[in-house]
Amino acid sequence: MERIPILKMGDFLLVTIQVDLYDQLAENLESDLVNAVKKYNAKGVLIDISSVSIIDSFMGRILGNIGIMSRIMGAQSVIVGMQPAVAMTLVELGLTLTGVATALNVEKGMELLRSKILFNEGQSYDHDNNTE
Amino acid sequence: MITILNKLDFEIIREQDVVPFRNQVKDAAVKVGMGILNQTKLITAASELVRNLLKYGGGGKVDVETVTNGRENGVRLIFSDKGPGIKDIDLAMKDGYSTGKSLGLGLPGTKRLVNEFNIQSIVGEGTTVTIIKWKNG
Amino acid sequence: MEDNSTQILKEKKEAILELWITKQIAEDSYFNAEDQKEDSDDFVNAFLNALNESNINDKDAKGFEKVHDILMGISVSRAKRGFTPRETGVYMFTFKEALLEILSKDVSDPAKLYEDSLKISKIIDNMAILTFEGYIKGREDVISRQTDEITEISTPVIRVWDGVVALPIIGTLDSARTQVVMENLLQQIVETGSTIAILDISGVPAVDSLVAQHLIKTVSATRLLGAECIISGIRPEIAQIVVHLGIDLSNIITKSTLASALQTAFNMLQLEVHKKKGNFINN
Repeated sequence: MERIPILKMGDFLLVTIQVDLYDQLAENLESDLVNAVKKYNAKGVLIDISSVSIIDSFMGRILGNIGIMSRIMGAQSVIVGMQPAVAMTLVELGLTLTGVATALNVEKGMELLRSKILFNEGQSYDHDNNTE
Repeated sequence: MITILNKLDFEIIREQDVVPFRNQVKDAAVKVGMGILNQTKLITAASELVRNLLKYGGGGKVDVETVTNGRENGVRLIFSDKGPGIKDIDLAMKDGYSTGKSLGLGLPGTKRLVNEFNIQSIVGEGTTVTIIKWKNG
Repeated sequence: MEDNSTQILKEKKEAILELWITKQIAEDSYFNAEDQKEDSDDFVNAFLNALNESNINDKDAKGFEKVHDILMGISVSRAKRGFTPRETGVYMFTFKEALLEILSKDVSDPAKLYEDSLKISKIIDNMAILTFEGYIKGREDVISRQTDEITEISTPVIRVWDGVVALPIIGTLDSARTQVVMENLLQQIVETGSTIAILDISGVPAVDSLVAQHLIKTVSATRLLGAECIISGIRPEIAQIVVHLGIDLSNIITKSTLASALQTAFNMLQLEVHKKKGNFINN
């Protein structure tokens, strides 16, 4: 069974999708990622879709799910490199993935992840202080 | 009046059949001279419909045809299954309708991606969906 | 046929042509004799040469193909030169009148005259339809060329700053145009690595719910790529229309001028503009 590799980079998990996505593969990725976030106590997840030329409603939903699940497990996530044709098609399908953070490329994606994590940590720090 | 220039049949039985099928659709789109955006829309629509074929139709077949209407060339896909059929097509075509686990973005969204969209369904006998995307979309 | 209509018409070619030209002049005060006379002459020759005993009964007869081609050519060129649709139709109807008038002088039997007039009428009416189709094709060619030109001119993407692109949209925003604008914009965002796109709509004359939908789609697509979109050039009338139509733009950053949009962009990028000491330097 084909599975998409997940790389660990410090506190981050990096996923580069370079094959044609089909349903089973996407579902496996969803569960693999969630498990990996727990296993490595990851703070951030970056998914690089710059090589993906087709994203339909099923895949779009999986990407959205990954974002929500990661957040529930305490990790920030960002999707980078969406191709223009894919973006226009998703919008036409009515999928705007509003709950998902996006960035132009891996570099900007990492920047975004870092700032989101810092912001979040700042928040929880204040919260902890206030409950004292 | 539509003339068929080329025709290929596909049996869709398992999920593994989907990727080769999508590649054929891409080939047909490229052959007809479609730009990247229209190719993407066509293949995405095909992906949606083939999923329906597998999940709700119990598998079926797809005809991949390159066609012409006399003014320009295009790709026509005909998805047919012998599944349970759709009882209320109008409802299925409304944005927000759903059966099964997926959200109701399937048919109406797919229709927006293509130029011509036709669906025929008889409860207990099966469903046929025909879509056409012209080269200049 | 006893009175041979086709024979009669062939013999009277000059008379037909003359009568036809006279009628054309009567219908059109701007008639250019030299120009039209040659075209009309070609047509009359082709038509009478093609007409014979058998195809007088069949408007779709193969023998008329060449005549149709000539007619199409005349019609398309007239459309491009700015002739009106009426003038195009009248061209064929005056020809029919001329034919039938000449015919009536030489065919004595009223029943025969009626029968043959109907046949000829069918043939010419079919040709009249062809001239309309040719006319429309000619106009469509003009429109198509102009559309291409307009599309080329009116969707420039300007790099106004590092990471900021601006797209001034001029003219109506229909769905076809939105596609082109979106494709162009998204491509530029990727190529320039810009994170902010400013869509200026001060050149868009009318904004209704459809146009608003197109704008919202463009913003959504930009966000999927990882960039943000600011819409500027919102005129007071547009603001009113948007509110009255109940269009929800709450998720979109909107500004009234390109300048303020740029200011917002700078803020988002954590950039500031400082005044240096000294006055305006003019090299």
